[in-house]
Amino acid sequence: MNRLDQLFSQKKDHILNIYFTAGYPKLEDTGKIILALEKAGVDLVEIGMPYSDPLADGPTIQESGQQALANGMTLPQLFDQIEAVRAHSNIPLIMMGYFNQVMQYGEEAFVKKCVEAQVDGVILPDLPLYEYEQYYRELFENAGLHISFLITPQTSEERIKKVDALTRGFIYMVSNSSITGAKSDISEHQLSYFNRINSLQLKNPRLIGFGISSNQTFETACQYANGAIIGSAYIRMLAKAEDIEKDTLAFVHKIKGQIPTGHTSSLV
Amino acid sequence: MIAINEKGYYGEFGGAYIPEMLHPNVEELRENYVKIMQEEAFQKEFQQLLKDYVGRPSPLFLAQRLSEHYKTSIYLKREDLNHTGAHKINNTIGQILMAKRLGKTRIIAETGAGQHGVATATVCALMGIQCIVYMGSVDIERQAPNVSRMRMLGAEVRPATSGSQTLKDATNEAIRDWINNPVDTHYIIGSVVGPHPYPDMVARFQSVISEEMKWQLDEQTGKENPDMIVACVGGGSNAAGAFYHYLNEEKVRLVAVEAAGHGIHSGESAATSVLGTQGVIHGSRTLLMQTPDGQIVEPYSISAGLDYPGIGPLHAHLIKSGRAEAVSITDDDALEAAFFLSRMEGIIPALETAHAFSALDKITFERDDVIVICLSGRGDKDLNTYIKHLDRFSGIGKIN
Repeated sequence: MNRLDQLFSQKKDHILNIYFTAGYPKLEDTGKIILALEKAGVDLVEIGMPYSDPLADGPTIQESGQQALANGMTLPQLFDQIEAVRAHSNIPLIMMGYFNQVMQYGEEAFVKKCVEAQVDGVILPDLPLYEYEQYYRELFENAGLHISFLITPQTSEERIKKVDALTRGFIYMVSNSSITGAKSDISEHQLSYFNRINSLQLKNPRLIGFGISSNQTFETACQYANGAIIGSAYIRMLAKAEDIEKDTLAFVHKIKGQIPTGHTSSLV
Repeated sequence: MIAINEKGYYGEFGGAYIPEMLHPNVEELRENYVKIMQEEAFQKEFQQLLKDYVGRPSPLFLAQRLSEHYKTSIYLKREDLNHTGAHKINNTIGQILMAKRLGKTRIIAETGAGQHGVATATVCALMGIQCIVYMGSVDIERQAPNVSRMRMLGAEVRPATSGSQTLKDATNEAIRDWINNPVDTHYIIGSVVGPHPYPDMVARFQSVISEEMKWQLDEQTGKENPDMIVACVGGGSNAAGAFYHYLNEEKVRLVAVEAAGHGIHSGESAATSVLGTQGVIHGSRTLLMQTPDGQIVEPYSISAGLDYPGIGPLHAHLIKSGRAEAVSITDDDALEAAFFLSRMEGIIPALETAHAFSALDKITFERDDVIVICLSGRGDKDLNTYIKHLDRFSGIGKIN
């Protein structure tokens, strides 16, 4: 059973999905970060495939990607790292990147390799629904590799239904129409969008991403969806991290609003 | 038959590979662009502005000394004589009228050489609409006169500081701006690149070039069709315009001239048709320069307008299907051609355009051929570069 299906059948709310850029801060940090996130109680992990021209991402993720590429990260290396960490980890893993990367690896080879590396799903924000349905849906579904599509406040109801029909795993709800990491609050306007989507009774669970960076924004997102996705805020933390495992634990506890064990201070 | 299908593909190239955040904007445009362009009122306003504001039709000029030198007949389609000095304004006039009809109140654009930026700033001033132009920091440096012109025209020039800090990165920044401003903003793309419907829309607006060529050639040579059309290609908008009405005239040779920079295999080049492989750039499936891992390679050319790692999907299709021939020209050869044209015909071309002229040394033709070169832009903006090489080329075209 796909780990994403397992997760969503067992947990319906407060699902925490954290994104990081593979190969950042250091080339060999991928496994360490995945294990640290799993240990800290994160529900699923999104592994960013660093890309030279990440159109849908903001400066934080772009800069981390440029650093990762400068560190020498490539897709074949990333798959090796994921395969290695899978021996010690059972957390649902998603790969997020741009369609050109998959095209150059070879679409069929990419899907096959994801299955071998026990990757559970992918997000390719610039792969259009039409092209997916025409050319790749069968490939993904036969392999049992899930795929998430995005919706935004501007997405029409008709299109949301199409997204729901093609998505396997979860729907990625962009909290506002903006690039990642751009806004830090959740507005009334966004709340009405969350409510509208809630009322559509979609079959897939929904995770809210873009602009989630604190316990407060995480909690708000969780009131309106099954959980939330954090990217830029975690990468900013990693940029300063001295001890990835310890600092990841503190970060996740802070997002979840928990007092970490072993700490007496409430100033975390 | 060269044609675009309803999903925006020319053969296997094109489409709209965009993040969902851009879907409503692009979809709105896709649903409306043909309809709006075919409206009588739109056509009337567009044609009127092309005539009275841009100064069209642009002349088709028989370059006698150049023809004598190459022993053939060479006609120059004088897009350099348009208002703002290049073909770019044909498209920006069309798109600003489109933006107005879509109710947009804010315009963004990317620019390489600054010609498209100036053309966009110009039409925004004409229509009283806010204008923001993204330009790579490197290009801001090397095309300073055009930066000043844009500012003079009231536009805000925002530097793109990521990556190679050239046209590719300016395009990334413009796309990001559009993602963040999905409702009030129209993105005026300057070339036949980007997600469908841009390549087709821009080609249609630029097609006025070949539309005029047909009757001008008929007037001057007695035949609508030349034997060959030569145009430089970065993204490929002047070439698309010059080829447009001849795409399905199989006997007319189409020559697309790319920038080879320091040499095709020097590692510093922008010769996409040779170095490129199929992939996705700026929302379109086309040929682009990339690593085996799918990372887009930073291109190089002395000409900021050709310094782009991709090529419009129409041109990818034309070249791959054999309909068009691709020629690559180095920096040095382009510089030499610029000096040669200046001294043979009294026309200082843009560096981009100079590449097209240099191709005359690389291609074969007959004595009685009629060749049209799209003289896409004038060289005022490149004078600083030209002056640096004045001594080297002082002997070119010298009258004894």
